[in-house]
Amino acid sequence: MAAQEAKLVERKAKRLALTGNYAVAYAVKSCDVDVVAAYPITPQSPIVEKISEFIANEELDAEMVHVESEHSALSAVVGAVAFGARAFTATSSQGLEFMHEILFIASGLRLPVVMAIANRALSAPLNIWNDYSDVMSARDAGWITIFNETAQEAHDAVVMAYRIAEDPRVLIPTIITLDGYILSHTVEPVEVIEREEALKFAPKRPRGYRPVLDPDKPITMGVVGTPEYYYEIKYQLIHAMRESVKVIDEVFSDFCKTFGRCYERVEPYRMDDAEYVLISMGATFGEVRAAVDKLRREGVKAGGLKIKVFRPFPADLLEKYIGGGNVKAVGVLDRAVTVGGATEGPVFNEVATALALRGIRLPMVSFVHGLGGRDIFADDVVKMFKILMEHASRGESARRTYFIGVRE
Amino acid sequence: MVYYAYFQGKAPDVTKKRFKTVWDIPKEELLAPGHRMCQGCGAAIVFRHLLKAVGKDVVIVQATGCVEVTTTVFPETAWRVPYIHVAFENAASVASGIAAAIKALKRKGVLPPDKKVKVVATAGDGGTFDIGMQALSGMLERGDDVMYVVYDNEAYMNTGIQRSSATPWGAWTTTTPVGKRWRGEWRWKKDIVGIALAHRVPYIATANPAYPLDLIEKFRRAFETEGPSLVHVLSPCPPGWRIPPDKTIEVAKLATLTGMWVNLEIVEGQPRVTVKVPKRKPVKVYLKMQGRFRHLRDEDIAFIQKVVDAEVERINKWVGEEAIGPVVEE
Repeated sequence: MAAQEAKLVERKAKRLALTGNYAVAYAVKSCDVDVVAAYPITPQSPIVEKISEFIANEELDAEMVHVESEHSALSAVVGAVAFGARAFTATSSQGLEFMHEILFIASGLRLPVVMAIANRALSAPLNIWNDYSDVMSARDAGWITIFNETAQEAHDAVVMAYRIAEDPRVLIPTIITLDGYILSHTVEPVEVIEREEALKFAPKRPRGYRPVLDPDKPITMGVVGTPEYYYEIKYQLIHAMRESVKVIDEVFSDFCKTFGRCYERVEPYRMDDAEYVLISMGATFGEVRAAVDKLRREGVKAGGLKIKVFRPFPADLLEKYIGGGNVKAVGVLDRAVTVGGATEGPVFNEVATALALRGIRLPMVSFVHGLGGRDIFADDVVKMFKILMEHASRGESARRTYFIGVRE
Repeated sequence: MVYYAYFQGKAPDVTKKRFKTVWDIPKEELLAPGHRMCQGCGAAIVFRHLLKAVGKDVVIVQATGCVEVTTTVFPETAWRVPYIHVAFENAASVASGIAAAIKALKRKGVLPPDKKVKVVATAGDGGTFDIGMQALSGMLERGDDVMYVVYDNEAYMNTGIQRSSATPWGAWTTTTPVGKRWRGEWRWKKDIVGIALAHRVPYIATANPAYPLDLIEKFRRAFETEGPSLVHVLSPCPPGWRIPPDKTIEVAKLATLTGMWVNLEIVEGQPRVTVKVPKRKPVKVYLKMQGRFRHLRDEDIAFIQKVVDAEVERINKWVGEEAIGPVVEE
């Protein structure tokens, strides 16, 4: 569907061979960001290296704050955005953990910060390779969170993220992710959104359109919220996050019309008559597609759902795609763990909750794979589908998470 | 100074005094009354004067702490200037981000290029000497256009008088209690001025609310510095120091008169004592006023006197004159 619509929009776009990291950096440049603050961490570093080059070569007019830590990176960006600038930061893994405290403050202050996360596993043991433990630990921080499957998606997501985050109906900081190495360091052809196009799509608003630190109109930000007020202030964020769905859909649809690349908060793959469905996100979904194709050739009605927007959680679209009556069983492939959780799959837990609350009673299975950069092969995903089918035939959910690809 | 010219920042003209008498201090109150600071709070005086010195064209960043929780309880605020509090350890980083935004937005025409606005980061001793040290070092080292004010009440007063690395030797705090084994704090205060100096900060000062003209002059100069500046201000705390609320200024004055606190100004590395004390009082008059030192024995006080004597000697040598004289018993 997306491919067909893409053909309808005629654009002469510049195509460059870019890594995921560079794709993000090019988008940041096109969005005419004013302040960048970041701290080196693998595998994110090339984003900021490239942005530094842009600034050094006067291709981007921005101030770079060479902070001494990720904690300060997000703090500086919070300051810049509170003053009315458009700002950017990027991090991975331990860096995101070090920012953790400020994540909640950025959303509590309703600052439209945009941050890229090149996903990487968390220590210990130290590991620089891909999984989603880092961003999953930020799932309660009140940030809109957009997962990306390709470098192109990551590039587009930056431009959309500024428009979404800065919308006065939203004003919520936004994370865009790219799988460490798998996207961050892999070269793909990317249609680059030029500055004029980006600024037309995600225009910079006049500085005072939202509350900012301005001597001519002094306000106090970061107040003490006593029990009489704290709850309501938090509830405003909860409400805004729920309402942001409309804006996200609006922005995705406008992006589709403008650039011919169409996204949905949940993207279906061969779901029309699918009986066995596996849900995943990010670049991992590529393996799901491959497994679905393989099973389809064997006559199995397999399908995949990619959660593109993880926050706000797309429960409505899961219901739409899964609740139609065809689906016999649902699995979730998590590339992160919540140790000691109801199941160990963080996304599974949310999918199960969302479906149960909507009266969708199907056998469900939680899978975990790919921790710390362990490769996930299409055959591993086929194996997951087989387990899923087994549970479907017994009409039983799995009480415990299946850990695939681990040496026990 | 030639040496400093190689590095980030530039000190302001310190040949002229702006505040010669109290009549030179602006009457406008930018820190509104009705805040919740304690009776006799030193920090209330410090911040009132800070805002008088810097005026309206400022953005205040404040670390978590006493002043933050007592001035910004929603839906009220004591701040008649733009103000942001983010967290405990990052006032300097938030300020760096704002300084960067000011620079970028001026260059890009969002703000008029002649628009006057400067960011001032403020934090207590905990938010500076301890948890905020890393962010502070980063800001100073980068030469960001940020004025930094540390109000030093010598412990974590907001959380209930716990020891910080600014707590003086011998002081009782709730985490250095006086018991069989411990007799208050047993380490010396961290040298924050030395740390700022190591970053080649062009304007560094220490000040004391008992000398308001000296204090406000330094605030103004720090504000006019291009690049980073740091003002370290003694901030007596009646509940934490165990002093009556009407003794704040008296005790602050004695800190300087005993040589336990020296009012310095270090302009591009050149130090001078701005409040000279030709005849020094013995430290015991300062210590005896405060309940936090009540447990000190004569030998403890003698030890503190010895260390203060040595410190005074070091400062006199450093500034090249006998700015602080010998102890004269009355």
